[in-house]
Amino acid sequence: MDFTPDPDHEAIRDAVRRLCGRFDDAYWRACDSEHRFPWDFYRAMADGGWVGIAIPEEYGGGGRGITEASIVLEEVAASGAAMNGCSAVHLSIFGMNPVVKHGSEQMRSAYLPRVAVGELHVAFGVTEPDAGTDTTAITTRAVLEGDHYVVTGRKVWTSKALDCDKVLLLVRTTPLEQCARRTDGMTLLLADLQRPEVDIQAIPKVGRNAVESCEVRYDGLPVAVADRVGEEGQGFRYLLDGLNPERILVAAEALGTGRAALRRAVQYAKDRVVFGRPIGQNQGVAFPLAEAHARLAAAELAIRQASWRYDNGLPCGEQANLAKWLAADAGWQAADQAVQTHGGYGYALEYDVERYWREARLMRIAPISQELVMSYVAEHVLGLPRSY
Amino acid sequence: MNVVVCVKQIPDPASPGKLDPSTKTLVREGKLVVDDSDMYGIEMALQLVGTAGGGEVTLVSMAPNNETAGLRTGLAMGAAKAILVSDDSLKGADALTTAKVLAAAIKRVNPDLVIAATESTDGYTGTLPVQMAELLGFPSITFAKSVQVDGTTVKVDRQTEAGYDEVECPLPAVVTVTAGVVEPRYPSFKGIMAAKGKPVEQLTVADLGIDGGVAVTQEVTDVVAAEARKAGEIVTDEGDAHERIVQFLEQLKVI
Ligand SMILES: Cc1cc2nc3c(=O)[nH]c(=O)nc-3n(C[C@H](O)[C@H](O)[C@H](O)COP(=O)(O)OP(=O)(O)OC[C@H]3O[C@@H](n4cnc5c(N)ncnc54)[C@H](O)[C@@H]3O)c2cc1C
Repeated sequence: MDFTPDPDHEAIRDAVRRLCGRFDDAYWRACDSEHRFPWDFYRAMADGGWVGIAIPEEYGGGGRGITEASIVLEEVAASGAAMNGCSAVHLSIFGMNPVVKHGSEQMRSAYLPRVAVGELHVAFGVTEPDAGTDTTAITTRAVLEGDHYVVTGRKVWTSKALDCDKVLLLVRTTPLEQCARRTDGMTLLLADLQRPEVDIQAIPKVGRNAVESCEVRYDGLPVAVADRVGEEGQGFRYLLDGLNPERILVAAEALGTGRAALRRAVQYAKDRVVFGRPIGQNQGVAFPLAEAHARLAAAELAIRQASWRYDNGLPCGEQANLAKWLAADAGWQAADQAVQTHGGYGYALEYDVERYWREARLMRIAPISQELVMSYVAEHVLGLPRSY
Repeated sequence: MNVVVCVKQIPDPASPGKLDPSTKTLVREGKLVVDDSDMYGIEMALQLVGTAGGGEVTLVSMAPNNETAGLRTGLAMGAAKAILVSDDSLKGADALTTAKVLAAAIKRVNPDLVIAATESTDGYTGTLPVQMAELLGFPSITFAKSVQVDGTTVKVDRQTEAGYDEVECPLPAVVTVTAGVVEPRYPSFKGIMAAKGKPVEQLTVADLGIDGGVAVTQEVTDVVAAEARKAGEIVTDEGDAHERIVQFLEQLKVI
């Protein structure tokens, strides 16, 4: 076991921290309350090469692994940018993974370099009103007509759709009832978003409002066959490929969000004087914060183990799932305790902890709920019977 | 044009600093980072070399334990190489000793211009750059808020309390820059990776061949806490607060 800090990782942390240091709480508070995409921040991240860090070098990216990408996202969140910052860059950092892994050479060289420099924005459209956790229930349909598909259907929660040129869209090319297995018959398309056949409406939501998540209707949208990722009918399998690294990145984001909240809470506990002493002197205030730190530290170790296994080509389903569960839980606990520590001011927008709290809450729901992680662990790690 | 930037690597300002109870100087063990105030000098140097259309930026630093983490940040920003002087005999070095060491290291590069911050942010006297200039035999200009090189002359807007003076002197020279002289670039990912391959020459005092050697002669005899700032005056608004604030400011002769 070797925990020697890696100089590259330290340098990445330091550089991302410096960059994020220029985007203060007032910036994020304004982006959140005005529902404004953080373009300046996005530009700075792209120019620094951070957005393309995990895209292969031959396509203009940094060619690094999930470990480095997770460090970048953790630092973004921990800077106080929290999920507003992470979600702004997450899709560009990792969203194109199915294209990297399964796209044709033509597709990769056409799109990846533009994503790596932050010029092309691609959303991810999987969830539908009647297909969330159960992805196989999707009904958005693509019918082949000569050299293109025609897509009709409805997606929900497609994040950043208003600002994206394209969307990686999961569609049914074969209806469920004609499939031997529920996981068959789905195909991944790299479709255009800003077209008359597409209607995009932002969904009013609790937090992370700098990045809108949208309801998107597709009404006869043509998509060239050349814009299909890999083979027809293999879309679900391609998504599965990306689940573990996705969980690791999400865990890192939750960890960073928790760290930002805890830092605020500790400072406030030192500064706020009640009954003639700083509130942090009371064990009733101090211990929950110490506990939050302990939980975050444990989650961090789980993340590091999972990302190390993934980058070394080892199976990491258990580790990635546990990392996601532990970090989402620890991040939420830290954010909730930060609000509690601030008393009434925790409920005021000015102190930022409520923003972390709203964003930390999200991490227990999306992109995968805590329950479904438990379901994975129960079935695949403990060998209990499958529940669905 | 070749520019040297003096870079101090300091304990991370994010973690609370500690004093060594025996020497009463700042503890510098553990991870060091580049002093934020040097980021401006590095950026200024990179821009001047860019404008000149040739030459390179060399970073020069003195730090314990062969620490290079802070130098790597500067190399990642675009400096070409670095010289690091690290020697146990320099523990607790005062400003003059440090100036001797840095001047000797700088001489090896033969620069056209040496840039330093006006002062560092951890333990500082603000005297080092001019001492170094004297030892190098270079003229010096302090508190630059803008720097331009014109042939063999450096032209500086020198910050003063009242505004700024326009001054110039022949190269080679030492110039100290204020925060805000330029906006430092962020080290990019590609820059960080490229920095790994850039040379950092590691030297000891013996390698520098300083005339008469160096001896740390400064002794810190006592350390006292800074006087707490006096509590401000609180004006409670009873309808006339604006008048009382104006009166107060008039008393201070600020308006
Ligand atoms: C802010 C935000 C952004 C999003 N961005 C995107 C995006 O960009 N692209 C995209 O495709 N999707 C996105 N999503 C959607 C997200 O992935 C889904 O919300 C998530 O997968 C859950 O699906 P659902 O909401 O339909 O919940 P449901 O599937 O309806 O589940 C409801 C509840 O039941 C529980 N449950 C269901 N089945 C089981 C079971 N077998 N055992 C135990 N518990 C169970 C779930 O855990 C959950 O708590 C986003 C969501 C949000 C909130």
